[in-house]
Amino acid sequence: MAAIRFRLDPSSGVPTYLQLVHQVKHAVQYAMLKPGDRLPTAREVVEDLAINPNTVLKAYRELEREGFVYSRPGAGTFVAEDAPAPLARTVHQPLRRSLDRLIGSAVAAGLDRDSVVALMTLALNDAFPEKEAVHGRRA
Amino acid sequence: MDVVLETSGLTKRYGRTEALRGCDLSLAGGKVTGLVGPNGAGKTTLLNIAVGLHRPTAGRIRVLGLDPWRDAVAVLSRVGFVAQDRPLHRGFTVAETLEIGRRLNPRWDHAYALARVKHFGLPLDRPVRSLSTGQHAQVALTLALGKRPEVLLLDEPVANLDPVARLELLEELMGVVAEDGPSVILSSNVLADVERVCEYVVILVDGRVRISGDADELVRSHVVVSGPRRGAHDRADDGEVIEVRHAERQTTRLLRGRAAPSDDGTEVRPATLEEIVVGYLRADREEVSK
Repeated sequence: MAAIRFRLDPSSGVPTYLQLVHQVKHAVQYAMLKPGDRLPTAREVVEDLAINPNTVLKAYRELEREGFVYSRPGAGTFVAEDAPAPLARTVHQPLRRSLDRLIGSAVAAGLDRDSVVALMTLALNDAFPEKEAVHGRRA
Repeated sequence: MDVVLETSGLTKRYGRTEALRGCDLSLAGGKVTGLVGPNGAGKTTLLNIAVGLHRPTAGRIRVLGLDPWRDAVAVLSRVGFVAQDRPLHRGFTVAETLEIGRRLNPRWDHAYALARVKHFGLPLDRPVRSLSTGQHAQVALTLALGKRPEVLLLDEPVANLDPVARLELLEELMGVVAEDGPSVILSSNVLADVERVCEYVVILVDGRVRISGDADELVRSHVVVSGPRRGAHDRADDGEVIEVRHAERQTTRLLRGRAAPSDDGTEVRPATLEEIVVGYLRADREEVSK
């Protein structure tokens, strides 16, 4: 069985090849994929998702360009030894605990889920302004 | 990659009806191309001419460099075709259907065809009429694939299929593309499918190509701009307005080009392929009705 299985969100508006790129990066960051692991072949992916095989190859080329994977002709595409390191538990866990506390106090203050998401989105847009400038509304 | 299908000024008249009106098209090989357009735009006529079923009234068409009307035998030995409604002899069994494929096609790969049918768990002795629509579609596709075609032409390959059968057929088709790499040209009105499998898109309207291009490039070059209706016509956006839709206080436009969001509440977002196709089709229909 392959280490990971791709999924598609047709309503996201994110191009299919980018969805695959994000999913591999995510899997590497959370150590679901480790260096040396083989990614599904184009054929395996298309028979799973009914997408164009060139889309898979395009995603793998992009990942290779960014140093996440390397391809060995005839053998497949593998996670690189020097792929950007997984998120360390020592970093991840305290962040998660702070977030839990924050959400806890928002709920205690009477905010519902949508209000929390809206608040987070505002904060994220301030923290990563370049994304917002592309699609969002200018303040 | 070489051009697999090329037309210039291709025209087809049936009596007074003009199904194709000077259609110019050039499709590179090794791709999956989607032909989209309203019913009657000429998709089926184009595909039928490409396999030599119809003779053009005027203009030129080349498939793999050959004239499909004059060299129909040569074209058909290298081009697989599944017509609309996937016609098969309903009284024949699956085995007999494949046997016809074997006898009619010099390049037929019988072992491959049998393996495909076995893969779907289709009993060879079942008559075609007893198959489900999905199974019927798989047999029709196998009949086109058995000759190991360089080009595969499919007219509405997923029409009438239930969602599961539709996905299975597309998965199969993309598996074949991954394995053997034939060029595929398919017509479809299911834009979600076109978006999923096609890397090149041709929008046909009224027997002509309205716009064509790489699917990614089309998506990158179109945006949807929506904002207050008042002042919308003053906006200086950099591009061609394809379609405008007004609500009482709001205007939404499909734009080929770029636009910037502004502080009057105007939002800009990338268009989906579906919005692009529908935008062009609707814009042209409004043009006609004026």
